[in-house]
Amino acid sequence: MSLTSDDVAKIAHLARLGINTQDTEAYAKSLSGILDLIAQMNTINTDHITPMAHPLDQIQRLRPDQVTESNQREHFQAIAPQVAEGLYLVPKVIE
Amino acid sequence: MYQQTIAQLALGLRQGTFTSVELTQAYLTRIKQHSELNSFITVTEEQALQAAKAADLRLAQGNAEPLTGIPLAQKDIFCTLGVKTSCGSKILDNFIAPYNATVVEKFNAAGAVMLGKLNMDEFAMGSSNETSFYGAVKNPWDLNCVPGGSSGGSAAAVAAHLVAGATGTDTGGSIRQPAALCGITGLKPTYGRVSRYGMIAYASSLDQGGPMTRTAEDAAIMLQVMAGFDPKDSTSSDQAVPDYSASLNAPLQGLKIGLPKEFFTADLDSEIAATLAAAIDEYRKMGAEIKEISMPNLNMAIPAYYIIAPAEASANLSRFDGVRFGYRCSNPVDLTDLYTRSRGEAFGNEVKRRILIGTYALSAGYYDAYYLKAQKIRRLISEDFKNALAEVDVIMGPVTPSTAFAIGEKSNDPIQMYLSDIYTIAINLAGVPAMSIPAGLVNNKPVGLQIIGNYFAEAKLLNVAHQFQQVTPWHQHSPKGFE
Repeated sequence: MSLTSDDVAKIAHLARLGINTQDTEAYAKSLSGILDLIAQMNTINTDHITPMAHPLDQIQRLRPDQVTESNQREHFQAIAPQVAEGLYLVPKVIE
Repeated sequence: MYQQTIAQLALGLRQGTFTSVELTQAYLTRIKQHSELNSFITVTEEQALQAAKAADLRLAQGNAEPLTGIPLAQKDIFCTLGVKTSCGSKILDNFIAPYNATVVEKFNAAGAVMLGKLNMDEFAMGSSNETSFYGAVKNPWDLNCVPGGSSGGSAAAVAAHLVAGATGTDTGGSIRQPAALCGITGLKPTYGRVSRYGMIAYASSLDQGGPMTRTAEDAAIMLQVMAGFDPKDSTSSDQAVPDYSASLNAPLQGLKIGLPKEFFTADLDSEIAATLAAAIDEYRKMGAEIKEISMPNLNMAIPAYYIIAPAEASANLSRFDGVRFGYRCSNPVDLTDLYTRSRGEAFGNEVKRRILIGTYALSAGYYDAYYLKAQKIRRLISEDFKNALAEVDVIMGPVTPSTAFAIGEKSNDPIQMYLSDIYTIAINLAGVPAMSIPAGLVNNKPVGLQIIGNYFAEAKLLNVAHQFQQVTPWHQHSPKGFE
C-alpha cells in the first residue's frame, strides 16, 4: 500500500493538521512503510471473529444523574489563549 | 540515603535516622547535580519541601502511611494542579493543569513528596524518549544511549537515584521497555486497575499507569496507593485491591512458568537469550516448573497495534485545537487556519505520523480493512493469552530485542523504532498485567526479564519478581557515576 503526497495532504486536511508542502513527500514515504507493516494483518483469516474493542468484558457503568462538577469557568479560562467577558475568542466564523 | 529503596527509606523516616525534609533536600541536590540526564521537565522544589514538612509532622504524630515523606516524581503525562503538565509536547508547553489526576491525588493523600515532573516521549509516542519537545533523556548506564520510552525520564531518574520511585504509563511497553533498558523494576497493571482520570490520553483502550522502582517490594508499595476503583474513570475496575505486600514472600514451589516459543526465536539477541536462560534457571532452582507454550498470533501484535493506537490517538488528540488551552498560532485568518496551524506548528513529527495513520484508518471506506480487522486480531491475541494462562501461572520472556541503543540510531526510521516494542505490545492489546525486572547485564548494559500474568494477578507477579530479587543481585546494581 503506498500513499502519494496528495493523499497525505487530504488526510492532513481531515485531521486539521498543518503539514509543510515540502514535507508531504517524506510523510508519504514513511506512512507507506507503516502501512506495509500493517498489511501483515491480511496474512491471517479473521472470518467469524468478534472484534474486540476493550480488554475487559465490563459493561458501561451508569451513575445517578447528579451534578458532580461545580462551575470553574474563571479557573479554566485562566489558561486559555484568548478570552473576553467569559467567552473563548476565535477568529470570526460567520461573515 | 538516596541509594535506599522505598521500603528502607520508610523505615529510616520512622526510626528518625533522617527527616523527610533532609531526604527531599538530598534528592533535590542530586537532581541538580545530574541535570545532564535531562530526566526532569519541571522540578517542584518549593512544593516538595512544603510536602516534606507536612510529612514530617504526620510521621511525628504517628499517622503516617507507607509512602508518607517518600520523594517520588510523576511522569509529565499526569495532570498536577498548578504545575505545568506538558506531556512532552510544545502544544502543552504553557499548560498549567487546572486539576490533579486521581493518581496524583492518591499520592498526595498518602503523604508522598512530589519532586517534579519527568521527561517523556511526546504524548507517550516513542520508544527512546527522543520525540520529547524537551530533548532526549540520556541513559545513566551509557550517556550516548537512549533510556527507552516513553517513560524514559522516569526510568533514568530511578536508575540514577534521583527519585525513590516514579510513575510511568504503558500503552505498548512504555513502562517495561525503559525499565529494562535502565535496569529497574517496572509494572504495567491490568487495564482498568489504575485510574486514567487526569492521565493525558494516547490510546484509551490500552493506556495504563504503573510504578517504576528499584525493587518489586517498592512497586508493591506504590501500586497499593495507585490501584483502585475511581468513579471519575468509566473504564476503571471495581475489583477489590488485595494487599500487594502480603504475598511477596510466598514460596514459588510448583509455580508453572510458560515460555512462548514465539518469543525465543533467532530474532532474539543471543546474549539476551543466554541472560534470560540463566534467570529462568533461578526459577527452576526455586521449584518452578518450566513449560514451552505456543501463542501463535503474537507476531500480529505490532501490525494490529499500529492501527488501534493511532486510530484512538487521532481521536484523543483532536482536543488540542488551540481554542481553550495550550499553544495557539499567531494571527490565524479563520477558524480552520487556527486549528491547522496551531496543531501543525506544535505537534512533533512522530505525533503527526500517528495522527495521519489513525485518521486514514478511520476514514470513509477504510474502516473495515484496517480498524475492524485490527480489532479482530486483537481478539485472537487475547485468546492466546487466555489459553496460555489457563495452562501456566505466569508467562516469561524478553522485554526488548536488544539492550539500550545509541541516541539517533533509530530516530529517523519509525519502523525500526516500532519493532523495539515487539515483546511488549501484545500484553497491552490483551490488557493483562506484566512486569520488567533486571535479569543481568550484557556489555555493562541492563537486560530485563518480562513476567506476564493473568488479569488482576499483580500480587502474583510481584511475588514472582520479589523472590527472584531475593536470590539475585541485578536490581542492586547502579550505573557507574550514579552510585
